[in-house]
Amino acid sequence: MASLGKTDSASDSALGYSTLESGVGNVILTSADALLGWSRGQSLWAFPMGTACCAMELIAASFSKFDFDRLGVFPRQGPRHTDVMIVAGTITEKMKPVVIRLYEQMAEPKWVIAMGNCAISGGIFYYDTYSVVRGVDQFLPVDVYIAGCPPRPESLQDGIVQLRNLVRAESVSPGVRYRRRTEIPLRTAPAPTTPAPAEPASAAPASAPSKDPA
Amino acid sequence: MPDQEFNQELVVNVGPQHPSTHGVGRILLNLDGDIVRKAELIIGHLHRGIEKMAENRTYLQVVPLTDRLDYVGSMYANWAYCRAVEKAAAIDVPERAEYLRVIVCEMQRIASHMMSVGSSGADSGAFTVFVYAFDLRERIVELFEQLCGARLTYSYVRPGGVAFDAPDGWADAVLAEMRKLPTGLEELDKLLFGNVIARGRLKGVGIMSTEQAIAWGATGPVARGSGVALDIRRQDAYSVYPRIGFDVVVGDNGDAYDRARCRLLECFESVRIIEQAITQMPEGPILTDGIPRLIAPPKGDAYARIESARGTLGVYTVSDGGAKPYRVHFRSPAFCNVSLISRLAPSHVLSDLGVILGSLDPVFGEVDR
Repeated sequence: MASLGKTDSASDSALGYSTLESGVGNVILTSADALLGWSRGQSLWAFPMGTACCAMELIAASFSKFDFDRLGVFPRQGPRHTDVMIVAGTITEKMKPVVIRLYEQMAEPKWVIAMGNCAISGGIFYYDTYSVVRGVDQFLPVDVYIAGCPPRPESLQDGIVQLRNLVRAESVSPGVRYRRRTEIPLRTAPAPTTPAPAEPASAAPASAPSKDPA
Repeated sequence: MPDQEFNQELVVNVGPQHPSTHGVGRILLNLDGDIVRKAELIIGHLHRGIEKMAENRTYLQVVPLTDRLDYVGSMYANWAYCRAVEKAAAIDVPERAEYLRVIVCEMQRIASHMMSVGSSGADSGAFTVFVYAFDLRERIVELFEQLCGARLTYSYVRPGGVAFDAPDGWADAVLAEMRKLPTGLEELDKLLFGNVIARGRLKGVGIMSTEQAIAWGATGPVARGSGVALDIRRQDAYSVYPRIGFDVVVGDNGDAYDRARCRLLECFESVRIIEQAITQMPEGPILTDGIPRLIAPPKGDAYARIESARGTLGVYTVSDGGAKPYRVHFRSPAFCNVSLISRLAPSHVLSDLGVILGSLDPVFGEVDR
């Protein structure tokens, strides 16, 4: 119960729901969820973080034959315009800071799709190489994984449909049905000096609010 | 006093995630107003260590790695690598396999050039061209899918032949497609190169003279656009190319327009080559018998080169007699061509940078390896 108070979603405090003790059976909230989920899921604008081979299938998915537009997905090159980052291709150690920076530039709420084996785990470049990051989920919270080397455009579109279901299942009420893994540290920060909000949350809320006013 | 501050050059970073850098290219620009004074290319954002990985793979296991080099045209790296291995290990290739290799590589050339011509259009503000070009590319990719089951990473060419024989009716399907293709290509020609705006954006931009193209080591359409008739298919005619008639397309002015148009006109030649190759293709085996799983070439080295869609693609392998290569090196045309950006971009305005870079047709998988 107490853990409901500290959420990671910016929309909670903005809508004034952060003080709600329970999200169960709240008629107003379910209607808001349905509306927000529907509108967000209808047009997921994509940020094509295409680095390697998968970018070709990403382009193919956007064009005439496969037509991403019918799913409401519209690739935009500016991270600030977009809702979902599609990481398509190998991420190297040199590219990693760029991806993190672009992810941080995206506006909330935001989602990440790991497209292709390289983005999932390093794929063919898992062994014997010194420069490849073994999976984009080591530094970004990934929502949907799409396997394949490269995945077909249909797979990518199926991934978008999966993501749409996740987006619609999301609630402004904190952590009720689908909660994203946002606890992965975005920067390689030093060990936290202040108690970071953690999942177990039985001892933390007692100490955190008492420290902040002081 | 304020004048001095005013005259300072502004350093602007473009990329590595930028729509006009065609992947993960990154360019540091020194700008004087809108004029580029200096352009420094920073590569390595897609460096995956493929050459080092190859040293820990058997000769056959390297083939899938070569797919990921030039991912717009995977067949070329397959073929160049296999030719080097065949040279090192003295493996013969059946005639039917050579014809199949020529057919798939010329189809790949069309597919790759469609990507490049389309992005030339997108760079110069004609996005419709990209959509039309990608439609043509998609038709070729579907034929590849029928042949080997993959849309992008084929691993089709293997040491000693090819992986699969053409399925029933595939050759007819290719021929039928090749009869339809010139109509689409002509439409694309009118759409992009007949467009006043695209001509204005492409003509006279990034001019490279014939002497410069030779001195700076340009190959492929980048060199041919400048009037250098350099084509490995003609100069060092490999495989069955000596039996096939085709013309080498050469440009006059060496600007972005000529480079892009060269690519488009080469597609017509590729159609000619494919039609001849399918007519000449004999029946027979597609893979030489008795090639061991662990190919162990004798001690020594081998270099083989082919004409890829981007230029001269060379592969150098060194063998120490074992089952794994001691060293594999790729002479990547995209790397040599894209390095010219620092010579071509200065004194152009910033908005021409994307056009010049697009006309060099870099694929950063191959640049960074």
